[in-house]
Amino acid sequence: MLSDFLIALIMLTNFSLVTTSRINKSIQFAVLQGVLLGLLPLTMGLWRIPHIVLLAAAAVAVKGWLIPSLFRRALQQVKIDREVGPYIGFSASLLLCALGTGLSMLLAHNLPLKLGTANPLFVPASLATLFTGFLLLVSRRKALTQVVGYLVLENGIYLFALLLVEEMPLLVEAGILLDLFVGIFVMGIVINHIRVAFDSIDTRHLAELKD
Amino acid sequence: MAWYLIFLPLFAAILAWRTSSDSLRIRLLPGTAIFHLLGLVVTLILASLRGWETLPPGVWLGLDALGGWVLLVVSVLFCICALYAPAYLALRPDRDHRIFIVCFLCFLSMASLVAQARHPGLVWVAMETTTLTTAPLIYFNHNRHSLEAAWKYLIIGSVGIALALLGTFFIAYAAHMGDINEPLQYTRLMQEAEHLSRPWLRAGFVLTLIGYGTKMGLAPLHTWKPDAYGETPGVIGALLAGGVTSCAFLALLRIYAVVAAAGEAAFAQELMIGFGVLSMAWAMVFMVRQLDFKRMLAYSSVEHMGILVFGIGIGGTAARFALYHLAANALVKSVLFLSAGNIHRSYASRQLPFVTGAIRRTPISGWLFLIAFLAITGTPPFAPFISEFNIVAAAFSRNHLWLGGTFLLLLCGVFLAMSDTVVKMIFGTPDAKRVRTPYKDTFATTAPLILALGLSLVLGLWLPQPLETMLQSAGSWVEGKP
Repeated sequence: MLSDFLIALIMLTNFSLVTTSRINKSIQFAVLQGVLLGLLPLTMGLWRIPHIVLLAAAAVAVKGWLIPSLFRRALQQVKIDREVGPYIGFSASLLLCALGTGLSMLLAHNLPLKLGTANPLFVPASLATLFTGFLLLVSRRKALTQVVGYLVLENGIYLFALLLVEEMPLLVEAGILLDLFVGIFVMGIVINHIRVAFDSIDTRHLAELKD
Repeated sequence: MAWYLIFLPLFAAILAWRTSSDSLRIRLLPGTAIFHLLGLVVTLILASLRGWETLPPGVWLGLDALGGWVLLVVSVLFCICALYAPAYLALRPDRDHRIFIVCFLCFLSMASLVAQARHPGLVWVAMETTTLTTAPLIYFNHNRHSLEAAWKYLIIGSVGIALALLGTFFIAYAAHMGDINEPLQYTRLMQEAEHLSRPWLRAGFVLTLIGYGTKMGLAPLHTWKPDAYGETPGVIGALLAGGVTSCAFLALLRIYAVVAAAGEAAFAQELMIGFGVLSMAWAMVFMVRQLDFKRMLAYSSVEHMGILVFGIGIGGTAARFALYHLAANALVKSVLFLSAGNIHRSYASRQLPFVTGAIRRTPISGWLFLIAFLAITGTPPFAPFISEFNIVAAAFSRNHLWLGGTFLLLLCGVFLAMSDTVVKMIFGTPDAKRVRTPYKDTFATTAPLILALGLSLVLGLWLPQPLETMLQSAGSWVEGKP
């Protein structure tokens, strides 16, 4: 079962993501996860359907080439410090991630699946990836690592969408990929402004507005 | 006509981006707004002559009563903002007008898509695009604070909307479990609602409520709102508070209608009442001794989003008046935000100890702010009074005595909390030591506000028959009867 193997790899990248201390490493893991996700529909016995092959190619292109090139540009402009800067330590993050994965298994157990069609690993893996994205978003200081968190969150949602890949029309799927790309593009522009304004991309500077 | 409403603002945006003439670019904004509104009114008249028939399941774009009502509200609000914007931009020659105008026009195009799209995925794409097109607007002032506000808006809004996407997929899976496999237009989902898988439908509704609720700014998901509304110019705040939130509310109502059609309304209503009461209470607490009047308006927006979902949660007439409240809130909020912007411009501050006696320094804006404050807190005969009164009446007549009582109590609390700040700000004598900026109220910066306030007065006194029929049709659609 090639698709089981790919899903297991995707879940393993979750754990690698929460434990890396370097920004460029965590970007690489998120990109690897995106490419694995892009390839996943081809291993589900769907490679004869042209629109699914097209979607897989688009997903690999967006997640494996376009988004990393945006990240690379942002990273070149921020030369100062490449640590991710966690609020929560790496071992605590790892524990939380494991806990989240366990909870996802429990939650997915309560949601019925259509008999005989879907791989039972899809829902827990998708929820676990979603949770990892959340964890990265709230527990990392750097604006760039928050964007990585958003990307991982979207990966989790994309994984769930693959359950429906035969039914969803191409228009919507393409729209979702486009929105992801533009979202990260806009976030990249804002990061650049943050860097110019504060000479750093540490989001602790962004905490002046409050009641 | 569907394409006209989407592509007219989009082409105007492209033209505004490409042209090198500043005067043409500025004129594009009110011109597009007026032609959009005219096109919309023609579409609505044609549709109401046909008697608001249910759209066939297979169409991707089309205007029903609910979408038409929300788009009408957004288009009128956009018109008011677009009439005000040229005078405002003339006061801000230092800032980039091109991005402002392009983002404004793109927002109108995406709002037209949200209102007309018949497929939840398409609605989601359009909603996400409204987040992306309004983020540069929040960064309009290009300082550290507006940067912080824009970053929070972008991250919180994007995460919220990502959850809405997951919720949409859950509902699609609920349909898949029930062997509904064609493209999932709303009409089809509602007609075959009894086949939807209940656990997935419920989980999907919770996720979409959280997701689109973040975009609406329901407590406790509203944390981006005070920052974003506080740091942007009043005209952008008006567009966000009346336009973006209305679109998110519509996206939520579409899903709610499917849930109601499946007979799960009671479950959804409890959640919505909970969010509604929490939003009103939370907003009230943060309005007490609020020194920043723009942040106060942001909390007022949180409160009114609470009223909207509360009304839907009560159901029946309250749901219809929640839709009516959408228009009332958008009109009066635009007056509040625009006059607050004028006062801010005149004092170069939005903090209370510095801003006193606004009625003397900027008489027209001061009066407008005061009257709009009275209107938004439910003083007759303005439109918010009608909707708030009818929502409470519906709550009592449906035997929700405790809920109706809490609602009234919270409205009173909000009135008291807001009036403290407003009275200090409007009355009294302006601080003589405080430097006076050259800004003075002019016809161009006050006439659109008077128009909006007049419209909310007219709406409060007289709802034309065609609009009432439209609201009735929209209300029954929300309750799950396509």
